Amino acid sequence: MNNLKQNITSIARKTAIALLVVSSVSGSALAAGDHLEGAPEAKHVDWSWAGVFGTFDRAQLQRGYQVYKEVCANCHAMDLVKFRNLSQSGGPEFSEAAVKVLAAEYEIEDGPDAEGEMFIRPREPKDSMPAPFANNNAAKASNGGALPPDLSLIAKARGHYSFKDLFMGRDGLTGGTNYIYNLLTGYVDEVPEYILENDHHVNEMGKEADPNFTEQHFELGDSNFNHFYEGYKIAMAAPLFEDSVEYTDGTAATLEQQAEDVASFLIWAAEPKMEIRKSIGIKVLLYLIILAGLMYAVKRRIWENVRH
Amino acid sequence: MSGHSTYVPKSDAGKWLEERLPIISLMHSAAVSMPNPRNLNYWWVFGGIAMFMLIVQIVTGIILAMHYTPHADMAFNSVEHIMRDVNWGWMLRYTHANGASMFFIAVYIHILRGMYYGSYKAPREVLWLLGMLIYLLMMATGFMGYVLPWGQMSFWGATVITNFFEVVPFIGDDIRTLLWGGFAVDNPTLNRFFSLHYLLPFVILGVVVLHIWALHVPGSNNPLGIEPKTKQDTMSFHPYFTMKDLYAIVLFAIVLFYFVFFNPNFMGHPDNYIPANSLVTPAHIVPEWYYLPFYAILRSIPDKLGGVVGMFGAILIMFVVPWLDTSKVRSAKFRPAYRIFFWIFVFNGILLGYFGQVSTTDDFLGIHGVTNLLVSRISTIYYFGFFIVILPVLGLIEKTKPLPNSISEAVLGVEGAAEEAALLAAAEAKA
Repeated sequence: MNNLKQNITSIARKTAIALLVVSSVSGSALAAGDHLEGAPEAKHVDWSWAGVFGTFDRAQLQRGYQVYKEVCANCHAMDLVKFRNLSQSGGPEFSEAAVKVLAAEYEIEDGPDAEGEMFIRPREPKDSMPAPFANNNAAKASNGGALPPDLSLIAKARGHYSFKDLFMGRDGLTGGTNYIYNLLTGYVDEVPEYILENDHHVNEMGKEADPNFTEQHFELGDSNFNHFYEGYKIAMAAPLFEDSVEYTDGTAATLEQQAEDVASFLIWAAEPKMEIRKSIGIKVLLYLIILAGLMYAVKRRIWENVRH
Repeated sequence: MSGHSTYVPKSDAGKWLEERLPIISLMHSAAVSMPNPRNLNYWWVFGGIAMFMLIVQIVTGIILAMHYTPHADMAFNSVEHIMRDVNWGWMLRYTHANGASMFFIAVYIHILRGMYYGSYKAPREVLWLLGMLIYLLMMATGFMGYVLPWGQMSFWGATVITNFFEVVPFIGDDIRTLLWGGFAVDNPTLNRFFSLHYLLPFVILGVVVLHIWALHVPGSNNPLGIEPKTKQDTMSFHPYFTMKDLYAIVLFAIVLFYFVFFNPNFMGHPDNYIPANSLVTPAHIVPEWYYLPFYAILRSIPDKLGGVVGMFGAILIMFVVPWLDTSKVRSAKFRPAYRIFFWIFVFNGILLGYFGQVSTTDDFLGIHGVTNLLVSRISTIYYFGFFIVILPVLGLIEKTKPLPNSISEAVLGVEGAAEEAALLAAAEAKA
């Protein structure tokens, strides 16, 4: 009987420790969003396109395309974006002639032709951005088993829409671009001190609760350390460095500049109709506000002599 | 509908039609001559707003369906095709997606208004039941609509929710297989959900017609919760309430279109911009916000069958509210104790919505040792306690305030009402 009681106590204790470890290791220590003491703060970039009246900076989108093309596109596809999108209004707005040239730099398999043969031709504005790998398996094989995600919608698929966005009049899209900016600028070579301190803290707490507690240690393995990636371990090596591209418009290619440019380009790729959405939205809301005023006046007039 | 109509056809064609199908006098009685209590406040506009939202959803939905492909391999990209290449496709899709949320907001306010003013009490029980049926159909329609973009949350939300049916005794597995059209959420699931998502709104529309019919027999309840007695207590639906409803609809549209044009993804989940992948489970599977209170109830019950019963029970219990509430007095205006319990119920519902999307093991608002799970259990108990204990018991023991004699007396005072009655009588005699 006593034995059973002891067993139950021990199971209960182990469960409690397991919960403690789960909540402090996978819960607090390794979850994005939670902030470890000593970790750098995520930066909120002041995006030109955020807010009710925000529009894209064409030159920035063109630079962002350059970063995507010269760096990201080596591993990431962007299947939903077509070359013709690059010349549409509300985007980078390259000229149609320039887009033809940009597209023709890449080839695509087409066909079958009249003889039933497949053939290779230069890409045209109607075609997608080229994929770097033939299929997902090929992509994984070349990237140590990790699949580089398609970037068409990445800026909307990351980051959360917060109540702050709602009340600050900001577009709900900044969560994703801030995340991308911080991720691209958040690489460090060594595991930083705050991670080691957290390990130490968790182990102390664990040992205090149970002498047989197995110590936890942050192991980087083949991954790279990033302050802003969930779990801090990311398969992708730091893609951008100072001067990893040479901007054609002469802008100094600092790491921050490139990260900001490519994040803006990616939100445009994910939401190519943002500018027209906002410009029509302002007209729609103005119309509705005036209409509401008129409706109110009519309603008041009708109810004028009725007490209710 | 119940013969309030004062419509007399003037043209020959009108007379011809009236003798054969009195549809114009029917509509006239429903939307023009219907007498409505004069003291309705702005909480009464949400029925009309919900009707407007249903029409918005049907119109945008029909056009979206022209461009959407219900196939597991193509659905995600066809939605992006709508967003990128279809003329005004982004506007249609964002209106439809945000419209669903706004429809639920309108309906939630509409339901709570009914609960506050006791609108479900005799003789309006059938009206309430039909309303609840609409709500249940909306839940099913909204859920299936969220699956159609075939993103990660679509897929995993569908997986989680369809798995609930497994707990049904004996036939649970078969029900689930039937819902899936196979042995997992896959292309057949998407196909049948698309088909049903197109069908159900028209079923809702049909029940809305019944709901309005059931409204027109006893007429609207009102903030005082007493029946209109004289002509003086009511105003004709048109122009008084048509105009008031239209004004409110425009105000509501401003909110809807703020989201559509300036924050279109706020009520969605970022993971739904990742194509569905049966091999990768998202870190947190969160349903749409309008299911969150029920999801919290599910998670607060430490047993799978119990959780599912609790979740569906939380919705189904609303159907029997007219028979749970024993109070003779309708309006919370005259029920000081009920008023307090009602507002706790509303706050508790919002709290449950919060628990539906946070980690159950985290501390509640950072209070050490008090987990979200613990507080969500208390919330769940209050939710059911409100219906099972408070409504029946309070009605028997509560000391209510005295009711006014009539609507017009409450609005105008006794003398004012008499004065107005004399004026009305004089005007009628003159006519």
